[in-house]
Amino acid sequence: MFDDFFMRALIAGIGIAIVTGPLGCLVIWRRLSYFGDTLSHSALLGVTLAYAFSINISLSVFIISGTVALLLLSLQKRTKLAGDSLLGLLAHSTLAIGLVLIGFLSSIRFDLMGLLFGDILAVTIEDIFIVWFGGLIILGILFYIWKSIFAATVNYDLAAAEGMKPDLSNFIFTLLLAGVIAISIKMIGALLITGLLLIPAATARSLSSNPRQMVILSILVGIISVILGLFSSLELNTASGPSIIVAALVLFILSLISFKRSGALQK
Amino acid sequence: MDQNKLLVKLENAGVYRSSKWLVRGISLEINQGQIVTLIGPNGSGKTTTAKMILNILNTDEGLVKGNANKMAYVPQKINIDWTMPLRVIDFMKITSSLNDTQITESLVMTGVDKLLYNQIHSLSGGEFQRVLIARAIAKKPDLLVLDEPVQGVDFNGEIALYNLIKEISVNLNCGILLISHDMHFVMSTTDHVICLNGHICCSGSPSNVVKNPEYIKLFGEHNSETLSYYQHQHDHSHNHDGSISK
Repeated sequence: MFDDFFMRALIAGIGIAIVTGPLGCLVIWRRLSYFGDTLSHSALLGVTLAYAFSINISLSVFIISGTVALLLLSLQKRTKLAGDSLLGLLAHSTLAIGLVLIGFLSSIRFDLMGLLFGDILAVTIEDIFIVWFGGLIILGILFYIWKSIFAATVNYDLAAAEGMKPDLSNFIFTLLLAGVIAISIKMIGALLITGLLLIPAATARSLSSNPRQMVILSILVGIISVILGLFSSLELNTASGPSIIVAALVLFILSLISFKRSGALQK
Repeated sequence: MDQNKLLVKLENAGVYRSSKWLVRGISLEINQGQIVTLIGPNGSGKTTTAKMILNILNTDEGLVKGNANKMAYVPQKINIDWTMPLRVIDFMKITSSLNDTQITESLVMTGVDKLLYNQIHSLSGGEFQRVLIARAIAKKPDLLVLDEPVQGVDFNGEIALYNLIKEISVNLNCGILLISHDMHFVMSTTDHVICLNGHICCSGSPSNVVKNPEYIKLFGEHNSETLSYYQHQHDHSHNHDGSISK
């Protein structure tokens, strides 16, 4: 079954969708979409370094994105620059450094499009292992800190006052976000990962009435997007990452229509 | 358990942010079964002081000695993002695992048990405030910090909620720190009043504080007279719906 490149992509993609579901909900609730963007832009630098030093791409991306994330957390406390400026600064400078480095590595052939938008053909059995093993670790840790991170998401002061250790769970959550980018960069690509975090969660929002429902629905929407996206990628010979995101977008639009029909938008 | 266990103690505590002291030199104690109120003008550091007690803010000077096992907090302001679908029942459980009976019981106490499955975003200001109080008392804390807990609640509801706060301090034998603008309640029900303006201006029993020149300077002569008028005993109580019971 793993011999078929399409099956490999499908299995890896579904694994990614299961992890991006709950993390995407948190990204939306905490208004961190630009934060996710910054991390994924910096991932390109991670990929370049992985080629330069011949180390595993996911490992290198995790290290770079994780470092950028922690840098961002500490800079946010120290500088007076607004949060979004800081995010933009780091996103584009790490992206630029990555691209400059690619210029230096002229001896190695790069598939830049593949790095930016994902490559369905590039998924190996090793990648499937990384996605599922890494994904299980991420989900395990997320499950463990869920109560704390959720309380901190509802209200930081409440969580801090009532012993939920919000700073610790924020820190861990940030690393988990770097982790999900690391395992999905090959499939989805640096520029589109945030889309897979955001769109299924946004789709789930209009269909759910409590947090648990929203998490489960965003996992399901993510899985359906991956399946639809990969099949259309195969049929229409389009890049896998964008196809998955377009499929997610179609589902989002459908959810809006059903949402409007049910009258939930009217107060 | 001894009757007057010390729950929290601040010693000369202060918070320094963006090159100024938000509060400085704050010393206070809260004991079991005691209601301590913080009063003072806007920006006088009431919320900052509460946050020091709750370990939300670290002090830059002085000490906070916490002794409470379970603290509960009703913040002054809380914004829940619309992107999060959240019912009252989900909100009640965010920091502690409560069973349905515990949840319903405390919602009944604050008069909003009918809203159990309503979305948080659909509540009115007053209803939300009642849910906030219910959530805080449901976990049976030994230290309860209430930052303007009845804002947005209608007049009759306000009286019922203040009576409830008094009741809670007796029933749970917990310590309560209250930030309130309601001088009537502050003066008639609380044990210890602290008048704050970046530092502690004066403190003591309500009847002593109103006579203090520092208090009069902050709140004016007029206010201090009104308050002594307010020092009377109720012979009845108001229910949540405004009806009167003896």
